[in-house]
Amino acid sequence: MENEFLYFMQFLLSGLSIGSIYALVALGFVLIYKSTSILNLAQGEFLMVGAYVCLSLTLDYGLDFFTSFIITMVFSVLLGLLVERMILRPLIGEPIISVIMVTLGLTYVLRGVVIMIWGNDIRQFNVFPEQPINLWGVKLTYLYLWSMGVSLLLLTFFAIFFKYARTGIYMRAVADHQTAAQSMGISVKRIFAISWCIAAVVSSIGGILVGNIAGVGVDLSYIGLKVLPAVILGGLDSVLGAIIGGLVVGVLEFLSAGYLDPYLPAINEVFPFVVMVLVLMIKPYGLFGTEEIERV
Amino acid sequence: MNQDTVIKAINISLAFGGVQALDAVSAELKKGEIFAVIGPNGAGKTCLLNCISRFYTPQQGQLFFKKKEITKVATHAIAKLGIARTFQNVELFKGMTVLDNIKLGRHAFLKAGVFSDILYFGRTRREELKLRRDIEENIIDLLEIEAIRKKVVGTLPYGLQKRVELARALAMRPEVLLLDEPMAGMNLEETEDMARFILNVNRMWGVSIILVEHDMGVVMDISDHVCVLEFGSKIADGSPREIQENKQVIRAYLGDDRKTYSRL
Repeated sequence: MENEFLYFMQFLLSGLSIGSIYALVALGFVLIYKSTSILNLAQGEFLMVGAYVCLSLTLDYGLDFFTSFIITMVFSVLLGLLVERMILRPLIGEPIISVIMVTLGLTYVLRGVVIMIWGNDIRQFNVFPEQPINLWGVKLTYLYLWSMGVSLLLLTFFAIFFKYARTGIYMRAVADHQTAAQSMGISVKRIFAISWCIAAVVSSIGGILVGNIAGVGVDLSYIGLKVLPAVILGGLDSVLGAIIGGLVVGVLEFLSAGYLDPYLPAINEVFPFVVMVLVLMIKPYGLFGTEEIERV
Repeated sequence: MNQDTVIKAINISLAFGGVQALDAVSAELKKGEIFAVIGPNGAGKTCLLNCISRFYTPQQGQLFFKKKEITKVATHAIAKLGIARTFQNVELFKGMTVLDNIKLGRHAFLKAGVFSDILYFGRTRREELKLRRDIEENIIDLLEIEAIRKKVVGTLPYGLQKRVELARALAMRPEVLLLDEPMAGMNLEETEDMARFILNVNRMWGVSIILVEHDMGVVMDISDHVCVLEFGSKIADGSPREIQENKQVIRAYLGDDRKTYSRL
């Protein structure tokens, strides 16, 4: 019985640490969707590029991890700005579906560029100590604890930022009503640019964390696909939903791997999607999404 | 240009494909005036407001705010010049409280940067507190919305939402206020309140107002100057009394004399 409980806690805590990284990436999705109503399918690639840049700076250029982390953040801001300015701004006013297709194209471009520069091998960071620490019988590595800590810190920061900071309020205003925001003197283009920058930064932080855990390879971009059910589960336009959705998907993944894998191998890969479909059948706008109600 | 002119439109033309929404319309708003734009549905009244607030760019013609040409100014920069507006269908930020909505009207004018903003420290804090006091004392009192200032806008009835929208525009401390059908869909009492607020803003704050409105009683009562549009062209311009007696205006609204009789 005691053992059973420890097992459960082990899965739960591991799930929560991975889930908090998912939540971070999900935040990027939601941010862009909320302010620009574009679903950015290249979110996973942003994550992968961030991880590669940080890895390359640490291993190939011999910088210490913290310095390369900071440089990667600066790089992500520039990447976000570049994508917004070069690719999405010219498409303002075009049908949403074509813009989403363009982000799909962007995934292939980014993936191609990464393979061109860094090749196809999976490489390891090896900056955190390997041996796990023991928390009342539950074993977690430093990496998992760091991931959970960093993600939760950032998520709290952004939650407060959106609620109280002026720029955050502008972003909500633009998401709510673009023309009204413009007539209040808010530059919608600037807010779009800020959204893309923040999205790029949070996903590359996610990328660096996951890269530390699983190694850095092109496949890292599939995290984007895994986060998608988290976002849809929580509701595409809800920051709180993204956070909870991310945590739920992480926990589901570990629990299904732990308990169902012996009967249904590799169930953990699809289980979050199954739950997503079930939730959407009951709540089509996700758990926390706003339902569009038109008063006539 | 005349010293007293606040907004001047010279030969504004705007077309959407084959539809001529505005056809060489000229108008002039003088300081301290309430200037009404009336006309049948689809006459181009809202288009004219949208040109001034820079949602649309006219294909021909020029717009001036005082001595500055604003025909090509960026949309968000209009607010900073001192031109505020309300919308025909209430366009508030529905998920926010009344106070947050009103404060947003003023935010674009505050100077604190993003970083002190994130830390809520120094300049940001001082500005925010001052702003809050100013809004509470002046705007909320004036429009009589004390009781609802902490409520989320989406939950309020329509008449109050219209009032909040006016409050948000006033928070911008505008020199010119563009009001797009402020009384639409209101009952008699709400209409009278709104007319009173508009007059107060005009008299007490010296704000010049362009008013698009269908309620003829209100228009004739409160405006100093009336301009009539029909199918994108200006057909009359003058004091309310002149407009009421203008043959062309009567025809635009009620149809041709002879036809009216023949139908009877």
